[in-house]
Amino acid sequence: MTFGVVMLVHTAFDRAEQVARHWTRGGCPVVIHIDNNVARDDADALHTALSADPLVRFSKRHRCEWGTWSLVEATISASELMLTEFPQADHVFLASGACIPLRPVAELRDYLAERPHVDFIESATTADVPWIVGGLSDERFTLFFPFSWKRQRFLFDRFVDFQRKLGVRRRIPEGLVPHMGSQWWCLTRSTLAAILNDPKRNRYERYFHGVWIPDESYFQTLTRLYSTRIESRSLTLSKFDFQGKPHVFYDDHLQLLRRSDCFVARKIWPQATRLYQTFLGTGGVPAGRSEPNPGKIDRIFSRAVERRLRGRPGLIMQSRKPRHGFEHGITAKPYSVFQGFSELFEDFEDWLSRTTGARVHGHIFAPDRVHFAEGQRMMNGALSDSAALRDYDAQQFLTSLIWNTRGERQCFQYGPEDTQDIVEMMARDPNAQVSIISGAWAVPLFKSGSTFAQLRRTAARLQKIEARQLEILRASWANARVRIWSMAEFIEAPMEPLQTIIDEMGGTGQRHLSEAPHMVDLSGFGQFLQQLKNQGMHPYLMGDFPMESTDQIYAPPARKPYLVR
Amino acid sequence: MRSVVDRTAAIRQDDILLFCTARNENVRLPFFLKYYRDLGINHFLFVDNDSSDGSVDYLAEQPDVSVWTTNGSYKRSRFGMDWINHLLRRHGCNHWCLIVDPDEFFVYPFCDTRPLSALADWLDASAIRSFSAMLLDMYPKGPIGATVYQRGENPFEIADWFDSGNYTLRRNPAYHDLWIQGGPRARAFFSEAPEKAPALNKIPLVKWSRRYVYLSSTHCLLPRGLNMVYEEWGGEKASGALLHAKFLHTFADKAKEELARRQHYAGSMEYRAYIRKGPETSDLWCRCSERYINWRQLEILGLMSKGNWA
Repeated sequence: MTFGVVMLVHTAFDRAEQVARHWTRGGCPVVIHIDNNVARDDADALHTALSADPLVRFSKRHRCEWGTWSLVEATISASELMLTEFPQADHVFLASGACIPLRPVAELRDYLAERPHVDFIESATTADVPWIVGGLSDERFTLFFPFSWKRQRFLFDRFVDFQRKLGVRRRIPEGLVPHMGSQWWCLTRSTLAAILNDPKRNRYERYFHGVWIPDESYFQTLTRLYSTRIESRSLTLSKFDFQGKPHVFYDDHLQLLRRSDCFVARKIWPQATRLYQTFLGTGGVPAGRSEPNPGKIDRIFSRAVERRLRGRPGLIMQSRKPRHGFEHGITAKPYSVFQGFSELFEDFEDWLSRTTGARVHGHIFAPDRVHFAEGQRMMNGALSDSAALRDYDAQQFLTSLIWNTRGERQCFQYGPEDTQDIVEMMARDPNAQVSIISGAWAVPLFKSGSTFAQLRRTAARLQKIEARQLEILRASWANARVRIWSMAEFIEAPMEPLQTIIDEMGGTGQRHLSEAPHMVDLSGFGQFLQQLKNQGMHPYLMGDFPMESTDQIYAPPARKPYLVR
Repeated sequence: MRSVVDRTAAIRQDDILLFCTARNENVRLPFFLKYYRDLGINHFLFVDNDSSDGSVDYLAEQPDVSVWTTNGSYKRSRFGMDWINHLLRRHGCNHWCLIVDPDEFFVYPFCDTRPLSALADWLDASAIRSFSAMLLDMYPKGPIGATVYQRGENPFEIADWFDSGNYTLRRNPAYHDLWIQGGPRARAFFSEAPEKAPALNKIPLVKWSRRYVYLSSTHCLLPRGLNMVYEEWGGEKASGALLHAKFLHTFADKAKEELARRQHYAGSMEYRAYIRKGPETSDLWCRCSERYINWRQLEILGLMSKGNWA
């Protein structure tokens, strides 16, 4: 006793011939259906090549078109022929010309012989199927589809819309519960015979004639009526991508296919010579009694679909240029932005890199040039330090920097003097950790010793820019982790906010800061602000500083490391 | 344009064709032909622009090459595109056509294990008509031209470095193409005028139809839908790269020649910048340059993508 193979062929005839011979060499009868669209010469050639084989028959040819009843018709004709011509076929295996048996025919025969009453057919109700592509699930069974999807797409879509509006619902024949699944099945003789000899077959056929993609539902539905035991899975390894077209196997998939232990795989690229040689030449790769295990192949293909639909977060490249709001990750990795810290602390950058081990840049958006960490002129990915190149597209400069340095936390200094084009993007970016000591831009002005007439203008400009920044970063749509302190608030207890920021940056465990950065000497700063006010400029972002001429409280606490418990 | 050797009658239905304009590129041709034959190009169609180095004779000897020759102006033919568009329309329809310069080498996902016809079949099955491959400038370590490129040699044994992450992309609303700039030329020659840096976006592989036409070089096509080679909703489409073997010793010679002819794009800006910088000292290599290994490396770096081809 054995199983028979029904082969639907429409292209790559030499491969189909090769596979058919492989089946018959293993003792399996084969019935071939050649698509009626195929040129007579090609069909005749296949006919001649295989007609001498006593185990091969050719069934009545139908003109097949994807998504239509013709494919089921072809399958039915071939199956009927199989059942009458080859009484030794206990199971019937539906395959295509692009299928390739991976394991020896005998292993599949034994496998089926041990399960004489099992029908292997993927069959699930429409409510439970996640893989439907194109949005038609239930409606496959309840609408009319007189137009060809391939040739008359516009009419097809409009007519579906029209029926939806009208609320058209075809009646499903009594007793049928629509099921769907992979079109590649392996049924027992008794189930298949029952389906083909059903007294109501004409009624069912008329119904399925109007169903969309009936080759994924006709047998899947009717098997439910007759089968004593259904294994709802296909013995054919066949993966579909997001467009609903099958993934193709090439020579470089050889090892994957060898280890999958699947019986049959599709679809094979006709020119994958090594695959055909390996699996047909030597009679297949034995796997004993093991069950098919396509897990690894599943993962590879689902990763490919994921790559196509979601892409790599934070990557902008020639074939991925997401629109605003569809980035799936504006930047690749978390990064930290500090505003006002290097103004308030003398050695903030060194301190930060010592404490966190992150890469700490200076003002990378400074007007003169990009101040990369350690004074470097060039960064990963050959990012140049030219301000003109950077400002040509500041946002992509930042996404490139973060993408190029994946695996290493990036920190940089920022301020109202710098290129402002990135503020809105940072605010939207959940990867951005933005910490701002507002008003700290006044410290370098205070230290510069320039005349107030000059400073007044600069101070007014910087304050305006920073106020605008804060407004954006505080917007309701902002996703960044934003922390803003006024300068007065911050210097009261600087260690606590620093600890919070460092903790959030994560990395190696919970650590207490044992060393504080050195704050600049602020004595006289209150007076400096008052003088600005006297000049008619109103500095407010730094908070309230009392005007004391010699105030010790803002002086650096002590020129020595300072411990926090 | 005059036909020298026309072997186009030998083109079969499923053949993949390569179209190329060349001028005095004889030294590059042997490796170029070998590279693309190995990839699975079935027929080459060359337009020779008034070469004087024996290119025409060499090409005419090749069994899978058809050659036309012209002494028309490269610039006035829109950088050779008029000639190529004409040939595409006559011989390219319903074929997958690869349109490259003699110094451009096409790399695509799985190109080390799958021939070009596998890509073409996959694109057909996916209903994709055009495939992008950005230009990746390759350069040597040390001054350009320190090592002399020998005929037949793999140019990427000399120029095997590239920039991996300093590109800017913007969408051109008129034709929906992506305008890509950056790389070593932008940082070395255009660091003060980045908007003038050369375009690196290319769409060199197209299933040709009589309704199609290249607008400027292979950067941009009509109808505009062919330029939509990028995903806008977050995913990644499949794409490749054109390794650009421009920076060999021939670059220095060409710079002088082109400057005299003033034929090249952007008024020979980059040649001028190159000569101004001084050919002896001009080293495009830097500490952050990346050394080329294979397509998988480019994929990981995010310069090209497998898309959903697995």
